[in-house]
Amino acid sequence: MRPFQLHQPEGLDEALSLLEQYGTDDAHLIAGGTSLMLLMNLGLIEPSRVISLRRVSALRGVAAKNGGAGLEIGPLTTHRQVELSPAVRAYCGALGETFGHVATVRIRNQGTIGGNLAHADPAQDPPPMLIALGAEVTLTSRKGQRRLPLDQFFVDYLTTVMEPGEILTAIHLPPLPSGTRAAYLKFLPRTHDDYATVSVAATLRVDGDGRCEDARLALAGAAGVPLRARAVEDALRGEALTDKRIADAAALVLDVVDPPDDARGSSAYKRRMARVWTERAVRQLRDQANGARQ
Amino acid sequence: MTTASEHHLRFELNGTPRELTVRANTRLIDLLRDDLGLTGTKEGCSVGVCGACSVLLDGQLISACLFPAAFADGARVTTIEGLAPDADHLTALQDAFIRHGGFQCGICTPGQIMAAAALLQDNPRPTPDQIKTWMMGNLCRCTGYYKIVESILAAAEASTPVVPRQPVGIR
Repeated sequence: MRPFQLHQPEGLDEALSLLEQYGTDDAHLIAGGTSLMLLMNLGLIEPSRVISLRRVSALRGVAAKNGGAGLEIGPLTTHRQVELSPAVRAYCGALGETFGHVATVRIRNQGTIGGNLAHADPAQDPPPMLIALGAEVTLTSRKGQRRLPLDQFFVDYLTTVMEPGEILTAIHLPPLPSGTRAAYLKFLPRTHDDYATVSVAATLRVDGDGRCEDARLALAGAAGVPLRARAVEDALRGEALTDKRIADAAALVLDVVDPPDDARGSSAYKRRMARVWTERAVRQLRDQANGARQ
Repeated sequence: MTTASEHHLRFELNGTPRELTVRANTRLIDLLRDDLGLTGTKEGCSVGVCGACSVLLDGQLISACLFPAAFADGARVTTIEGLAPDADHLTALQDAFIRHGGFQCGICTPGQIMAAAALLQDNPRPTPDQIKTWMMGNLCRCTGYYKIVESILAAAEASTPVVPRQPVGIR
């Protein structure tokens, strides 16, 4: 591995100063290291400086917000900590389960939620579930802070809206309206620790008459970014959730997905699978809601 | 060419306090194998997939190939060399891998045993399905995994955590 200068700031201010000083050079932030070290091992990134956030303890942990109805997750929290967090499970069981789908327990012990988002691999598990739950992120620099919805954070493959000098400092999850159900379905035709060929995260709220009050859908592995499927959401909202309505809505995902050909399937195959798994996710949540009403 | 920064490191390795200096671009696996001669930990894929470099950091399973050695400052590191209490004993887990044929060529075995040790620490009586789920990050190209699962189940049922080391050979 090419030599580099490693900085290990103890606090956020120091980290931001270092980033301001070196961020326009080829300095990289490191959290858990599972993405950056991998790329450095392969020689795909050879930074001259690496700034570690591991000693910035304020960036770790899960905190309940709004009297337990919402959550704030520190970006240095590992996947495993999110997976096992009682506060996360109390907020939304499917969110904890989603983090349990990331790679293997060994990688979940190392990799962090903030590193995962900033790395912006479109096949990762957490982004679609976080998008479907309406997550927002706070980006902090020496100039100030900005907060934006996660579905506006990703730009392209491994590319986000983050400017040099910015650090992702918090992930916010809003209170969920009562009756909201969530699911994460990951299509894994190869091995269980693989990236998804495609995966679908969905949230659904159904009224007393079985009509869809609200739905949110997001997919991984289906485009250059974790993809929110607004056309599907719009086609479900206000409608009676018959099998036909769900199938017709799920077919609209074909208008937005643009998956790459790779070892996990051809683009054409993944497009079809995106439709199939979108339909399954909505039907599963509809059936759960119907079961609860009876 | 940038030079590497140097970092003073104080940590506990297999129960012994160590103090040394590492370069920024030294990974934990490089420190263990090249600087300290602990070659039980293997490097397979270098991308966190194969599990051959599995070690415990403060009791948690990690990939030493994805971990800068400088990050071990203040931590407790356990490698395959640190499981058995002395040269005359093995852990029940190591003994079970020998008795149940949990390995053939052996290259993945230190990683398998470290992963299994972390599992048994987390869940002392795992079911076969729980073993398969936990161990899926440790690849083995010899055993077909059945014997590994069998070894871990046997270790979970062992009556003592440590057993005398028995001579091993062809009868």
